[in-house]
Amino acid sequence: MSLTLIELSSLSNADSIPFYAELIQAGFPSPTQGYDKQELNLHDYCVKHPSATYLLRVSGRSMEDARIHDGDVLVVDRSLTPEHGSIVIASLDNEFTVKRLVLRPRPCLMPMNPAYSPIYFDPEENQLEIWGVVTFTVMSHLLCTE
Amino acid sequence: MGCRYIYGYESFAMYGIIDVNGMFASCEQAFRPDLVNRAVAVLSSNDGNIIARNRLCKLAGIKMGDPYFKVRPLIEKHNVAVFSSNFTLYGSMSARFASVVESLSANTECYSVDEVFFTADNIEKVMSLDEYGHQLRNAVKLHTTLVCGVGISYSKTLAKLCNYAAKTWPAYGGVVALTDRQRIKKLLSIVDVSEVWGVGRKIAKTLSLMGIHTALDLAQADTNFIRKNFNVVLERTVRELRGESCFALQEHPVTKQQIVVSRSFGQRVTSLDEMQQAVTGYAAQAAERLRGENQYCKAINVFVRTSPFSINDVQYGNQATEKLLTPTQDTRDIITAAQRALARIWKDGINYAKAGVMLADFNGREAQLNLFDESAPREGSDKLMGLLDRINRDGRKQLFFAGQGINPSFKVRRDWLSPEYTTNWKDIPRAKIG
Repeated sequence: MSLTLIELSSLSNADSIPFYAELIQAGFPSPTQGYDKQELNLHDYCVKHPSATYLLRVSGRSMEDARIHDGDVLVVDRSLTPEHGSIVIASLDNEFTVKRLVLRPRPCLMPMNPAYSPIYFDPEENQLEIWGVVTFTVMSHLLCTE
Repeated sequence: MGCRYIYGYESFAMYGIIDVNGMFASCEQAFRPDLVNRAVAVLSSNDGNIIARNRLCKLAGIKMGDPYFKVRPLIEKHNVAVFSSNFTLYGSMSARFASVVESLSANTECYSVDEVFFTADNIEKVMSLDEYGHQLRNAVKLHTTLVCGVGISYSKTLAKLCNYAAKTWPAYGGVVALTDRQRIKKLLSIVDVSEVWGVGRKIAKTLSLMGIHTALDLAQADTNFIRKNFNVVLERTVRELRGESCFALQEHPVTKQQIVVSRSFGQRVTSLDEMQQAVTGYAAQAAERLRGENQYCKAINVFVRTSPFSINDVQYGNQATEKLLTPTQDTRDIITAAQRALARIWKDGINYAKAGVMLADFNGREAQLNLFDESAPREGSDKLMGLLDRINRDGRKQLFFAGQGINPSFKVRRDWLSPEYTTNWKDIPRAKIG
């Protein structure tokens, strides 16, 4: 049995004409081809941690400058650590409530409506459950919503 | 013993399993702050039996599989919150659970709705396995509210046993990672052989007759003896208990070999008309799933049966299979075949309790066309079925076949169904301003 070495050059120098299988378009080819990108997606903008993100609907009257209103949809991320000034969802008295977390000078949950009083707590004792951090509020400005 | 050398370092393959405690009950509690300290039970389809319980419900003495009507006094006495099964919610939470584990582990296998296997090779170079287990557990709780148990060791079977230990002895804090041979041996010696992964009740009974009572007994059994008296799978289980990994992670779900859609009826079905509607509905659902799997089937099986619990009823159960020459995934072909099968087994004067449709004998689409086949591929089938699935994708079933009936009386009973908190705009949880 004998082996013959095939020289690579003899293959690459093949004197052949390339065959174009693609049809050549008669019209002017679209100049946008190859520049396509995904349309913007609001979900991507609002949701950074999909497995930890939940949507909640606001109910109840707030004060005028609270920027959160009855019927708004809240984007809530459970994986974020709440900080001073965060809007949070807390489970209080067997229901979810929207509050602002204040840590200075004294830790408390500030209501969004002056009719309610702040709830002071001791962060060391951990008796209060903060369910998640509100990252976005979705509010419809259409006068007539379904 | 599962030992490998990588770049000169001694390294062991490590397997772990993480599972959610009382998955369905915990999902029901996730969006209900008022249920934090309540016993919770979930019922099977038609609100028949208890299929899931949280810890408090177990303490109340309610057992798995108990019929609802039987434990009603206990439920009232202990103020148990009862739910119909909301599989849409559980599926959504299960996907979140799995994705958290996937994000923290190199390889994962979704073993069931509430269990994920993972590999933990080389973790010990960075942190202790115990620490890693706690990180996984904390991350799942943070993202989903669900509380998990974690077991880590040299094989899947040992990991499963560690997980069992984590559940059984709360002092471990939900995580048991064992690499020390003596500690593994200790655990094996106190666990009953029936708790070993892959050892069913029947095998456990036979083993017990041979004097094999604990997991350690099985680990020390002669492999040839086990292979001869049982099978090669149980032999591998023995090796796994000794710390030699034999079952690899199945990262890609195995392609389905059959699809079954079956339901118990909300109330007994006695007329052929109603049964045809039910079977049409199941056939349509099965066909939709078949297309989801990108498969074509050649066998359509239908079964009907009475309830073994209705002792005064005439008992009857039967099944029939229709074979097609050309594989199909068209709902119309599948409904037609299912109806032909039903006609062969239908009997008047029976109180039917359950029926189902099974699709089998899967094929790719390139099958030889047959000259004599009645159900030759229909023109435009792909387009029509694709459109049907797209319209129905949001789960509202807006488009259905007239043969399914419009609001049939045998429909599944779900009296205590909770909202679809994560999958339906109308059902998202409420947060009060206060």
